Amino acid sequence: MTKTVSDVICPFCGTLCDDLEVVVSDDGKTIVDVYNACAIGAAKFMHAQAKDRVKRPRMQQADGSYKEVSYDEAVEYTAQMFAKAKKPLMYGWSSTSCEAQSVGHEIAEKAGAIVDNTATVCHGTTLIAVQDVGIPSCTLGEVKNRADRIVFWGCNPTHAHPRHQSRYSIFPRGFFMNKGHKSRKVVVVDPRVTDTAKMADIHFQVEQGRDYELLSALRVAVRNEKLPDVVAGIPKEKIYEAAEILKSGRFGIIFFGMGVTQTLSKNHNIDEAIMLTKDLNEFTKFSIMAMRGHYNVTGSGQVLGWQFGYPFCVDLSRGFARYNPGETTSNDLLRRGEVDAVFVLGSDPGAHFPISSVKKISQLPSVCVDPHITPTSEVSKLHVPVAFVGVEVGGNCYRMDNVPIDARKVVDPPEGVLTDHEFLTRVNKRLGELMGAA
Amino acid sequence: METVTVTMKTQPVLFLEADNISPDAFAGKTAADIASLHAYEGREQTTLGKYFDVSGDAGATAADTRIVVKGDVSRVKYIGMKMSAGEVVIEKDADMYVGAWMQGGKLIAKGSVDAFAGIGMKGGELLIEGNAGNYLGAAYRGDWRGMQGGLIRVKGNAGSDIAYFMNGGTIIVEGDVDVHVATHAEGGRVIIKGNAKSKVGGQMVEGEIVVFGGIDVMMPGFKFVKDEELEIDGTTAKFSLFHGDLGERHPKRKGQIVYGKLYQKI
Repeated sequence: MTKTVSDVICPFCGTLCDDLEVVVSDDGKTIVDVYNACAIGAAKFMHAQAKDRVKRPRMQQADGSYKEVSYDEAVEYTAQMFAKAKKPLMYGWSSTSCEAQSVGHEIAEKAGAIVDNTATVCHGTTLIAVQDVGIPSCTLGEVKNRADRIVFWGCNPTHAHPRHQSRYSIFPRGFFMNKGHKSRKVVVVDPRVTDTAKMADIHFQVEQGRDYELLSALRVAVRNEKLPDVVAGIPKEKIYEAAEILKSGRFGIIFFGMGVTQTLSKNHNIDEAIMLTKDLNEFTKFSIMAMRGHYNVTGSGQVLGWQFGYPFCVDLSRGFARYNPGETTSNDLLRRGEVDAVFVLGSDPGAHFPISSVKKISQLPSVCVDPHITPTSEVSKLHVPVAFVGVEVGGNCYRMDNVPIDARKVVDPPEGVLTDHEFLTRVNKRLGELMGAA
Repeated sequence: METVTVTMKTQPVLFLEADNISPDAFAGKTAADIASLHAYEGREQTTLGKYFDVSGDAGATAADTRIVVKGDVSRVKYIGMKMSAGEVVIEKDADMYVGAWMQGGKLIAKGSVDAFAGIGMKGGELLIEGNAGNYLGAAYRGDWRGMQGGLIRVKGNAGSDIAYFMNGGTIIVEGDVDVHVATHAEGGRVIIKGNAKSKVGGQMVEGEIVVFGGIDVMMPGFKFVKDEELEIDGTTAKFSLFHGDLGERHPKRKGQIVYGKLYQKI
């Protein structure tokens, strides 16, 4: 007889769905089925069941093969690496719990490390813009219950946040939105005809790299000033029309993603989008929200924020927190050769960083803490497998709208496998001994 | 004026943070004192003497001190940071933060410099004979006060995001610039003798940009006002004046709305 665990949090994307039902076997050890999740979320739960999962740390040998080592040896190697390094990089943090992040930051303070999370290649630019001009935002619950103007700018939730539209943004019937999608106007700005764009009332096929101009043009239109005939490939009549639609709503929201944060103008795009939101608040209620990717990248920003004052790329090498994207961001550090050790937890830079950065990781003393075998684990000197947060161990996570949600444990991890938190705590203790002795 | 020469002898393994290479830190010190000033390589606090040969004693005050930096300092950051008087000459390429938060004096970089040169600058003169990186004369992250005074002159090209949040002073780039010039500017003047790409003067409230060459894509919020003859940095020519950014807030003074000004040479 199987049993069903209800109200499970999905540890995949920033939408952090909280209504999953997971069917586990009678002995509570294996997951049989997952309900309510999207295909990606379900795959994450099922993947934890893989028979060929790595269950003990592996040290890379000179010939490229792997040798199984104990967790004790892995803790020793990691602590020694931190103790010897002058400026280690601690990257990742987006796919783990806030509790584990906090222990990681203790290690960083001892080691004089740089703590950077996946925002560095994702919404880091958003965080720069927020620091520059602030942000008028809201929760996803408000969007569901109130928003009748939805803008998706440079994002494709149909594929990246599959349940976002059904739970919050386009389809749900909310308290003041009892006609669901019929009472909402959807604007999509994307150079490609994506599946999200196909659902839009208005689709602006903006010229690539001209989002800044189009956002600026919308601000000009909102102020009823004159525009050139065509901006970013969009005729001015369409821009004035869109400005009118946005102004005439009762509650509007702009969701944006990598299409604006990591293309030409980067933080300036978000800066301009936030200022557009601010301008629209002269006419109606408007909000803006980043479509955060990993399920707890927001949490990493939160924990770094309350502990050090900056949400990513925090440089602790001189004993106090400094931050300057462009200098202390992972790719700049790796590319320029500013760090002498790399620790990766809960992310896969091997798959997402430029090859010049990945090469540097492979040349330096490096540790990858990840339940999976990933391109990063393959280039790192040491791979430490851990339990899946949100599947095999609980922990606090932050949704994309900065709402904290406690992830739940569904099944036990394989026997003897440590959690992120346990592994980091042991490294922290050992490093304390080493640094105290030094 | 006394001259102190610092010559690179041992390259750092990582990058060196040498914010003590400034006339203010050197003033009143002998060569031996200077060699024992702090520098940082990662979390290690070391001394300038570990990396540099120091010769010559400094003058009694910063204004009496001239520093000549020799050798390869392409892995050294913060040269001339917060200097208030005196002179610094860097003979080869330097890394980031050259003349950052500079308040006075003169800094001459004979090679190129990396990003964040002259950020938050308040006064003095920064001359870069090679190229400058991104964020030249910009604001430090999160600060709404970028360059506030002084003069930056670049003989070569400059990168993107120059004069970000500028509200005073002058930047002259004799070559080309990358995207984003004087974004969020509330004052100051940027002169570009070469070409600009796009996003010139985006979100500009006040201030002046002069472009001698072409602009690939104009911001939609700039409207043509009139043609004017002006003398800019020794050149007299006819310029088209544009007002902007119309999408941004603008203050009123004496009943007139104050705009950012963009001049483009005809």
